[in-house]
Amino acid sequence: MQYWIIQTLNSLALGGLLFLLAAGFSLIFGLMRIANLTHGSLYMLGAYVGISVLKYVPNLWLAAIIGGVIIAVFGGLVERLILRALAGNALGQVLVTLGISFIIADLCLMVWGGDPIPVPTPPGLQQPIVIGGVAFPTYRLVVLGIAVATALALYLLMDRTRLGAMIRAGVDDMQMARAVGIPVSRLFTMVFCLGAALAGAGGIIGGPIMSAYPGLDADMLPLALIVVMLGGVGSLLGAFVGSFLIGAVYTFGTALLPDLAYVILFLPMIVVIAFRPRGLFGRQSV
Amino acid sequence: MKRAGWLVLAAGLAGLPWAAGEYYINLASQIFIAAIFAASLNLLVGYGGLPSLGHASWLGLAAYISAWMSLKLGLGHWATAPAALLGTTLIACAFGWISLRATGLGFLMLTLALSQVLWGTAYRWVSVTDGDNGLRGLTRPAPFGISLDDAGSFYYFALAITAVAIWLMAVFVASPFGAALRGTRDQARRMSALGHDVWLIRWITFVYSGFWGAVSGLLFVYYNKYIHPASLSITASAEGLLAVIAGGSATLAGPIVGAVIVMILKNYVSAYIERWNMLLGFVFVVIVIFVPEGVVPGLRRLARQATKAWRSPR
Repeated sequence: MQYWIIQTLNSLALGGLLFLLAAGFSLIFGLMRIANLTHGSLYMLGAYVGISVLKYVPNLWLAAIIGGVIIAVFGGLVERLILRALAGNALGQVLVTLGISFIIADLCLMVWGGDPIPVPTPPGLQQPIVIGGVAFPTYRLVVLGIAVATALALYLLMDRTRLGAMIRAGVDDMQMARAVGIPVSRLFTMVFCLGAALAGAGGIIGGPIMSAYPGLDADMLPLALIVVMLGGVGSLLGAFVGSFLIGAVYTFGTALLPDLAYVILFLPMIVVIAFRPRGLFGRQSV
Repeated sequence: MKRAGWLVLAAGLAGLPWAAGEYYINLASQIFIAAIFAASLNLLVGYGGLPSLGHASWLGLAAYISAWMSLKLGLGHWATAPAALLGTTLIACAFGWISLRATGLGFLMLTLALSQVLWGTAYRWVSVTDGDNGLRGLTRPAPFGISLDDAGSFYYFALAITAVAIWLMAVFVASPFGAALRGTRDQARRMSALGHDVWLIRWITFVYSGFWGAVSGLLFVYYNKYIHPASLSITASAEGLLAVIAGGSATLAGPIVGAVIVMILKNYVSAYIERWNMLLGFVFVVIVIFVPEGVVPGLRRLARQATKAWRSPR
């Protein structure tokens, strides 16, 4: 019983972290048609930068905000200085993001070394909550709460604000959005920064669970890809449902069939892609 | 003139083991393997307009199947080589079916996700793949009783396979089917309206490309006598893609030139600066931004301009 509750919470916490990663990836892809392969690297960079920030600011949440802002600035620079120069050349943009992801991975290895760096769980959240003789790991519940709150905030942003309406218009029909005077170019940078900030903050928030290690980027990027393909490109709801589905499949797959966890991981994606190529909630096919 | 060029090339390749030391012979063998790998990827990327970021799957899968069968089942090369090619090609059939639900960036992301699944499995399925240790203790085959253990004989073996592979890929591209493939790249809807089954053309190309990727994988595992999950990583796929783009996609010579560039960079420069990943990343960014057409079409353009300037009255 205790084991399964822990596993369920692990899967929910992983799902929450995946949502922070996949939501940005999905919005960037949906709006800008850029498959941002640096997204996993931004997550890893966020974790490492957060660790360095923690040395000066001994508060994980503050470190997550500062780290998120730093990663957002970095993402914005990449978008403005490099991706913008290749506008209209989708393959070129993917290859550049791939190249940048190699550079980031090697830089992290140079700066922070090859050993995994653990991130301490914030004091006060280390003790499990005990309800009816069953212990619930507190930090995982908090991560889940953050992810749900972020999802809610993003939903309100997308659905209830003028900015969100403009982003949705851009996702659905970019040329028409431009024609009616929506500043699509500024929108691009904002969405890219937002996606980068979510990934970077996710990296440090996930730190106490996953720690930071070389290869974290390569571990997270395929998960985000699968989530987005499963849920549908540009769909927030798709990213949300897909994240928790993949979080559960990965966690329980690892627990039950550790050898083949990666194979089980892509079964839901195959089923969805086979019958519904646009993903569960996607409005456009990829 | 053209025939003379081919003769010089053939004589140079045949004579290299007499002129060069063992280090260069081995480097050349590695370049051959990378050339088959890049040329097979080019069928998809260049001629099909389908950017794959999962081509390392075929190299790694064939190498792993061959290594696993000879180590764990104790089978000889007569059995492992065809089984590796067949098994890899069958998986390529399945992966192609999934990946080609999408085109363009969706195709790229699907091929990447699927190859990452193989990579993760190679790391985790320790009872089969020995995980991070990789499979070691392999042997090279001895076709017709000729040992391939010294650098020179392996060089000729790899050269022969590479020549056949490049030739068969050139035949594929030059055939009516190859023309149809380029048609689906440039005008998919028109090809469809003309009665071509665009999906089937792409799928057959995917499988054919996977088959030659598997051939390069066999050569790879024979050369190294060792296979590690890193050969399935996104870095390995990206090196192949870089060779295609650097040399010039949709040309026959491009991926070969690109393979030469990538292997020389990898073997020489990384010996001095020890940061292959960062160099790979920088080369990617520089090539995409400054030489997007690739080296071969770029040089061809310069040559055309030069001859034009030469012929025109001054």
